[in-house]
Amino acid sequence: MAITMKVMWAIIGCGLVTWLSRVIPFVLVKNFYLPKWLIRYLSFVPIVIMTALIMENIFTHHAGSLPTVNLDNLLATVPTFIAAIISKSLIVIVVVGIICMALIRLVL
Amino acid sequence: MNDKLNFETGVKDALPTVFGYIGIGLAFGIVGKTSGLSVLEIFLMSLITYAGSAQFVMVSLLLVGSSIPFIMLSVFLVNARFILMSTTVAQYFRQDSIWQNIGIGTLLTDESFALSMNKLNFTNHRLAPSWFHGANLVAYLTWALATAAGGILGNLVGDPKAFGLDFALVAMFIGLLYLQMITDRSKAFGFQVVMVVIACALMYGLTIFFSDNVALIATTLIGCFLGMVVEQWRSR
Repeated sequence: MAITMKVMWAIIGCGLVTWLSRVIPFVLVKNFYLPKWLIRYLSFVPIVIMTALIMENIFTHHAGSLPTVNLDNLLATVPTFIAAIISKSLIVIVVVGIICMALIRLVL
Repeated sequence: MNDKLNFETGVKDALPTVFGYIGIGLAFGIVGKTSGLSVLEIFLMSLITYAGSAQFVMVSLLLVGSSIPFIMLSVFLVNARFILMSTTVAQYFRQDSIWQNIGIGTLLTDESFALSMNKLNFTNHRLAPSWFHGANLVAYLTWALATAAGGILGNLVGDPKAFGLDFALVAMFIGLLYLQMITDRSKAFGFQVVMVVIACALMYGLTIFFSDNVALIATTLIGCFLGMVVEQWRSR
């Protein structure tokens, strides 16, 4: 159960950096009005960032060559998406996703 | 999801997302342990840094002996998307006290952000601090306990991937994205499909040249700009 000094400083330093990125926008938005164009710009953050987070798990970056496909994730995405359309329930979607991935890993 | 915005409803709404935290949290604990961190270090990192995917980056950089400033810079880049998410969420809490705002921001995650954006469509575009604290606390405690459990299990269990748990996170984002698209009436469904296609193309194109994390931020910055342009053009 040891803690090295270096790890502790990394935890505190990175914690501070992460906390500031999360909290400073709240303080600024509370005290200043956002211009209309910025509010419109930000209205696209949810859909774009969620799409990008999904894509991040399907394609992997390689320096000097095209991104490779993570086949497991790509295959599991299809039934998960179908489950989303049919069930419209987050818990069903997540459980179907996990089961499909377990089956894919079993077969492949 | 319903229009209730109390603490209990926040906890309940967040329950489907716990699978994602458990899956990735166990994986992080195991990776941390096998990379030489103690269970206490893993637990403290989850409680203090609380940075999800950036914690994997920290562990790998600590392992190769990077300097603290370099690790901090990397973590900042990986988590820079929080600046955009916090700015988006903060608009709904301008009337609440600064301490409520700081409380919400401190525990904001990708998941609670996405969840709150979904929730807006059921509440006539309102959010409440108590609802957000409920959702955030579920996430925080689940993450901390799951990573510690992963650290304790360490080398005992094999690969957590075998159970498909690591896909819980991706499945959750697929679900939240789709539910967002069908419930957000401020943008036409067809337009949202166009935005998803644009974001996919950007993310693929940028992943050719940049690491995943840089591509993620660049996709968000450029994608939102293109969204504004397309919206303007459609309304002509």
